[in-house]
Amino acid sequence: MKDMGEMLLRQEAFAEIVMGNTALVRGMVAAGTQVVTAYPGSPTPEIATAIQSIPAERRPFYFEFSTNEKVATEVAYGASVNGHLATVFFKSVGLNVAADTFVQLSLMNLMGGLVVVLGDDPGANSSQNEQDNRHYAQLSYTPVIEPADPAEVYSFYIEAARLSRQLRMPVILRLTTHVCHAKQKVSFAAWQPPAVDRTPRFDVGNGPYIPLPFSVPELKQRALQRLEAVRAQAAACGLHRLLDHGNRQRGVITWGLPFLSLLDALGDVQPKPDVLKLGIVYPLDHGQIAAFLAEHQEVLVLEELDDLLEKEIKAKAYDLGLRTKIIGKLDAGDWIGEYTADKVKAIVHNAWPELVAAPPAKAAASLVPERPPQMCPGCGHRSAFHAIKQALAADDITVADIGCHTLGYLPPYEMGQLLMCMGASPGIGAGMSLFNPSRKVLVFMGDSTFYHAALPGVINALHNRHNLTMIVMENGTTAMTGHQDHAGSGRNIQGPAPKLPIRKILEGLGVETILETDTYQQRQLTDLVRQALAVEGFSVVIARHPCMLKFAREQRRKPGFEARRVDIDQQTCERIHACVAVFGCPTFTRGPDGRIEINPDLCIGDGSCIQVCPTQAITKPAKTGA
Amino acid sequence: MRTFNVYMTGVGGQGIGLLSEVLLRAADHAGLTVKSVDTHGLAQRGGIVVSQLRIGPEAHSPLIPAHGADLVVALERHEALRAAHAALKAGGVLICYDTVWQPLAVRLGQTPEVSAEALAEKCATLKARLVRVQHPDLTDARMQNIVVLAHIQRLGLIQPLEAAHYQQALEDLLSGRTLEKNLALFHAEGQLA
Repeated sequence: MKDMGEMLLRQEAFAEIVMGNTALVRGMVAAGTQVVTAYPGSPTPEIATAIQSIPAERRPFYFEFSTNEKVATEVAYGASVNGHLATVFFKSVGLNVAADTFVQLSLMNLMGGLVVVLGDDPGANSSQNEQDNRHYAQLSYTPVIEPADPAEVYSFYIEAARLSRQLRMPVILRLTTHVCHAKQKVSFAAWQPPAVDRTPRFDVGNGPYIPLPFSVPELKQRALQRLEAVRAQAAACGLHRLLDHGNRQRGVITWGLPFLSLLDALGDVQPKPDVLKLGIVYPLDHGQIAAFLAEHQEVLVLEELDDLLEKEIKAKAYDLGLRTKIIGKLDAGDWIGEYTADKVKAIVHNAWPELVAAPPAKAAASLVPERPPQMCPGCGHRSAFHAIKQALAADDITVADIGCHTLGYLPPYEMGQLLMCMGASPGIGAGMSLFNPSRKVLVFMGDSTFYHAALPGVINALHNRHNLTMIVMENGTTAMTGHQDHAGSGRNIQGPAPKLPIRKILEGLGVETILETDTYQQRQLTDLVRQALAVEGFSVVIARHPCMLKFAREQRRKPGFEARRVDIDQQTCERIHACVAVFGCPTFTRGPDGRIEINPDLCIGDGSCIQVCPTQAITKPAKTGA
Repeated sequence: MRTFNVYMTGVGGQGIGLLSEVLLRAADHAGLTVKSVDTHGLAQRGGIVVSQLRIGPEAHSPLIPAHGADLVVALERHEALRAAHAALKAGGVLICYDTVWQPLAVRLGQTPEVSAEALAEKCATLKARLVRVQHPDLTDARMQNIVVLAHIQRLGLIQPLEAAHYQQALEDLLSGRTLEKNLALFHAEGQLA
């Protein structure tokens, strides 16, 4: 599959090995989606990669990375009320950012339809929590459709789009990490590019679009009616599956990836419980649930993360006077982590001990040292942390923010002692500066995050005269999620775009102290941080260096590229270990006798380490001859 | 057929993603039912990258149960031992490109590097076959994955995949000079006695 873009627009039916995230994009094409917006975040960035594989002029829909998830949701909403089928996607915690707009969507007449694609992260593989976004669905009366594998991602998206457009309401397509990233062969239907009407059809007559006290009851009533309409259609949608093994004793209700884990966990046990696999997980199809309960003496609700459906199913059984034993979560462990086959095996074993053997006890922790993620060789943030640390007293306070620079919390830097979410550091830092004349407060901020959510915190610090220093760790890209452009990079997904320099924005806000240097100028950076900390009020240091992972990749692609790397002059080296234990570039390796060597697979020859050696034993980067 | 599970592991930047995609497509070219999943939290930043691949119609989730891997493919020695501990089946096979990317605690001098002997001992305990490969003349570390691939093919570690299936998969994924270089290495290494 060299040409993913060509594949996604193929008109004849075909089967291809794809990731869930790629299957979704063929779903968007097939459903006639017109506007797609997003903010990057794992597990969803590959959706954008697939979209970008279609050349902009052939893309059947408009796509943008918006400044943050809330703006992305608003752009999609605006497009939808104009009559265009829209979709917004982002990671689990992105919904917290989008929430203020998101919770209103169901009150509106979304003329074109709007699908909200969520990348939830049970197990917190790459997120600051494992929040169960079905809570938001209940809070906002928004249906949730949940696929289990890439084939369902494709077909369920098309159904979500159809429902949304038909009922003019938002629909959530809830993906989880290993559904997004699972790969398998998927059969795609033929596609004919439709004739598209892009007339802006916004009409206040479709409203009200003004949710104010007088209109809220009516709008809420309509949202609830639509939810009932989805419930009524649920059985006819064909998204639910019943595995009827003729077992009238035991049944399991589940959905999503845990359904596949269940099949693995059961293997070839006999007698196999019947399984009701749901496709629409909110609102619940009460008729089908009641029938399943009535047919079984015991039903296990196999529900990853929180116990929303368990409670609703138990309540329904109570109302109907059903005597079925309903088995839900037993302890906190059942609320935590991804429902893998091993975990499901333990849950089924606890419910029906003789049916499934207990999984093997967890092996003792391996003696292999952990491998936490690291800043890359040559990373400008490493030089920054190394230099900034020298400007701080031992009890000064450093507040981290989201981005690659979060990794500064690890040894040997231990910079960034608290972390919350995107853009939170200036606010947290302001709070920590209160009643605090003795411990300096320094907060970190990435450049993409600066545009995403930092501005209110910065404005607050200025407006309320807080005393703190913000270090902008500017690497020119959204590095952590795979190098997406942002408002400061001078490009957007369509091409060249106006550049909004952080410095000018800060100047415009009236920040008086804005110091700036390249982070490889370590001594100068230390000096600038000292100066900034000495300022009473809000001060900024822009610590700039391009992302070296991106830079090194681009260099390697250039014709005539020659690899370079530093070396250790073993005659000069006194084994002080500043390079390996204080600066901490992963390129340096330590022999059992304390001898330091360069890992040739890792060194990119940036030379940022040379200045950290007190005996000048690191040689200038030289060609490797490779 | 019985499910065959392949657990691939390495450090971000070593090319686990490509290796996994090649095995996935090769298995598909051989007409097998196959699925896979990459798990990489912050892998680009020198963390652990794991990819799991499951062959056979009875494999439902793409995730391999604990100690369920028939074959572990490791591109780094520490990760080989970690995977032997958590993923490898007793009596399975572990193939490892024998290079070391020291984890943080080793570089900080807090703990010694995992030795080749420790890995061999662990495999012996599991009655697992250990295959160590290396290519001292390799100038581009990002091609270590192809060296391992060649040995997987040469030793027939994934049945019934043949050289032609792997080659077809490489041709699906790479092009131009990169394809030529990788194919040349794949064939040269695969023909070693």
